[in-house]
Amino acid sequence: MLNVKILGSGCANCIRLERNVRALAAKHNLELEIEKVTEYAEIMKWPILSTPGLVVDGRLVSAGKIPNDKQLLEWLSQA
Amino acid sequence: MDQTLSTQQKPEIPWRMIGLLTLGTVAWLVAYNIIQPLANWIAYSLLAQPQGSHLGDSLAFFFYDVPKIILLLGGMIFLISLLRTFFSAEQTRAWLGGKREGVGNVLAAMLGIVTPFCSCSAVPLFIGFVESGIPLGVTFSFLIAAPTINEVAVVMLFGLFGWKVAGLYIASGLIIAIIAGVVIGRLKMERYVEDFVWQMQKQGEGIIEKLTLRERIERSWDSVKEIVGKVWLYVVVGIAVGAGIHGYVPDAALAGIMGKQAWWSVPAAVLVGIPLYSNAAGVIPIVSALMEKGASLGTVLAFMMSVVGLSLPETIILRRVLKPQLIAVFIGVIGMAIIITGYLFNWIM
Repeated sequence: MLNVKILGSGCANCIRLERNVRALAAKHNLELEIEKVTEYAEIMKWPILSTPGLVVDGRLVSAGKIPNDKQLLEWLSQA
Repeated sequence: MDQTLSTQQKPEIPWRMIGLLTLGTVAWLVAYNIIQPLANWIAYSLLAQPQGSHLGDSLAFFFYDVPKIILLLGGMIFLISLLRTFFSAEQTRAWLGGKREGVGNVLAAMLGIVTPFCSCSAVPLFIGFVESGIPLGVTFSFLIAAPTINEVAVVMLFGLFGWKVAGLYIASGLIIAIIAGVVIGRLKMERYVEDFVWQMQKQGEGIIEKLTLRERIERSWDSVKEIVGKVWLYVVVGIAVGAGIHGYVPDAALAGIMGKQAWWSVPAAVLVGIPLYSNAAGVIPIVSALMEKGASLGTVLAFMMSVVGLSLPETIILRRVLKPQLIAVFIGVIGMAIIITGYLFNWIM
């Protein structure tokens, strides 16, 4: 199962990103293990300067923005 | 699928985008030029209020200012966002790396204007800057300039007071960020940063992405929708209150309490502004009306900067990485810098 981490301490955009990921997963029947990382000490293990960050399969793919669905789907369906 | 394949397609010329942009610009210009006659017509003809009456003038003011500010916000935020797609926090960090204090503070404050920043990202940004070796004072110059010189504030000042005041606002924001950063750097406050920050591993470079023109335009349009969608109601309410003051409060009524002569008005404005976390959109129409009735420019700018630059939520977020002593210094230094700027403007204008 693909592990997806959403890095962010609960800002509005972090919540929106999580919602988008879940919606996409439901729509395309993707098996994802979605994890929210809210502790700064944990978040900062990835090289990000702005939240939300998105980590797919241990790799940081996006930071500081909400990627569009097309882009998200590409990352999420790589497994 | 490989990511580089999908985003690095042939550089096609985005004719559709260019067409849409041209159309948008023309529509914007037409709209901007008809709102004044339209507002007068609504107030004096459609609602049949006599010109020169309190209600008539307030209404004309309201129906002109609301569309004007919304149009200005839309247009300017689009341009500013477009400019900002060429900058990123990662890029800024790379530029600031290895800069000495002084030069670094000036550069950090200027980059604070153009780098996309949200106060919810203040903590990761702080950690990322500090652990990559950027001096604490330089980091603070960035963290002060970024929220203080806020695009909505600049656009609204431009719309309601003209370019001189907007320019003065930007200049004083820069000066405050530079001075406060230098002072914090000189005070050697490093030990008042929470310990876990220093224990973090040095990060890698992060993502610096390449965008196509199309993506830049789409992103700018998204931020126009997001920002205008978030602030339009504040604009309407703020301008309604401002219009009421415009029509009903006698001229120079406020000269005594908010004018230059009242020496205590500047610090009082700053103190009132700190807990008042409103966005610039709601506050500026009100202060514009206050100014018309005798409040002085320095007092008003000090108030504005304390509302947007010394916001309580950002301070609370920063508490996660700063010990209380440094938080106190942060608030104190910026507060002092704003007060001095306020006096300076009252004195020179």
